[in-house]
Amino acid sequence: MKMKKQLFWEDVEERSEVTPLPKVASRQMLVKWAGASGDFNPLHYEDAFADSQGVGKPIVHGQLKRAWLVQLMSDWIGEQGNLKKFSCQFRAMDYPRLMKDMFEPQEGETWWCKGKVTKKYVEGDEHCVDCDIWIENGKSEVTTRGNATVALLSRG
Amino acid sequence: MLPQEATQLIGKAGETVILEVEKGAIKKFADAIGDRNPLYWDEEYARNSRYGSIVAPPGFFGWPTKWKRAMPFFSELRQEVIDTITKAGYSRVLDGGIEFDFFQPVRAGDTLASVPRVASIQERETKSGKMILSIVETTYTNQNGDIVAKAHQTLIHR
Repeated sequence: MKMKKQLFWEDVEERSEVTPLPKVASRQMLVKWAGASGDFNPLHYEDAFADSQGVGKPIVHGQLKRAWLVQLMSDWIGEQGNLKKFSCQFRAMDYPRLMKDMFEPQEGETWWCKGKVTKKYVEGDEHCVDCDIWIENGKSEVTTRGNATVALLSRG
Repeated sequence: MLPQEATQLIGKAGETVILEVEKGAIKKFADAIGDRNPLYWDEEYARNSRYGSIVAPPGFFGWPTKWKRAMPFFSELRQEVIDTITKAGYSRVLDGGIEFDFFQPVRAGDTLASVPRVASIQERETKSGKMILSIVETTYTNQNGDIVAKAHQTLIHR
């Protein structure tokens, strides 16, 4: 298993970019998420039900988008970093791609999880940074927005 | 004005739910996200890491040990809040987001006690009319008595 790259506090500045993470939401992913998370709201897999709720078609679970943003931060801070605080709010609906075959989604939208450092500081013995984080849909519209505080490994 | 039935709920704690953090459940959760971090999958890799064992992605707290018709972050207490505010005339419920504080890693094999509590119920005036924000705080404590995380989930009632 290859070692993951480790981020150090000293390598980060205010306004540094969090390494973007691409995601493709598919109907299959939503089914998997329903099973793995326990959120079986038919809003996320039944066309008629989604339509009756006024969203047209099944939409991506907010908590799945939240989990993507947690991965964005975990991947970026590396194994020695700690995610201390995390929040997100859902601003707009996202519609998953349909499936082409058993494994691959059809062509379509790709979502990008992104972030930016807003503050860098030392608190007690921890080397922290605060970040704005968000998800952009295929039209570069922000559909989910949040904040994260992480403690990073320091060379000091 | 907030209805009295709603303000009376502030501070109320719900039933404790015991959650099991099972290794296979962690794997499935990580797979659903598309997260291939070996800390969630690979026993040997995780054993040699700073954690010493497979850990759960932050935000995963396992499944209830007893059957419950429940969804994550959803409890009988949450339902009581929704029902009470619905009766007061706010029947549309929207997800207002979630906030976590993470204190300790959650490991495969952990048993967590989760306790929900109504943290706040507030009325807001907006351009599109009145709404109520309700926040339920859930505290997760592991088998060693350490608080591993707190979640604050906000619902918007209009």
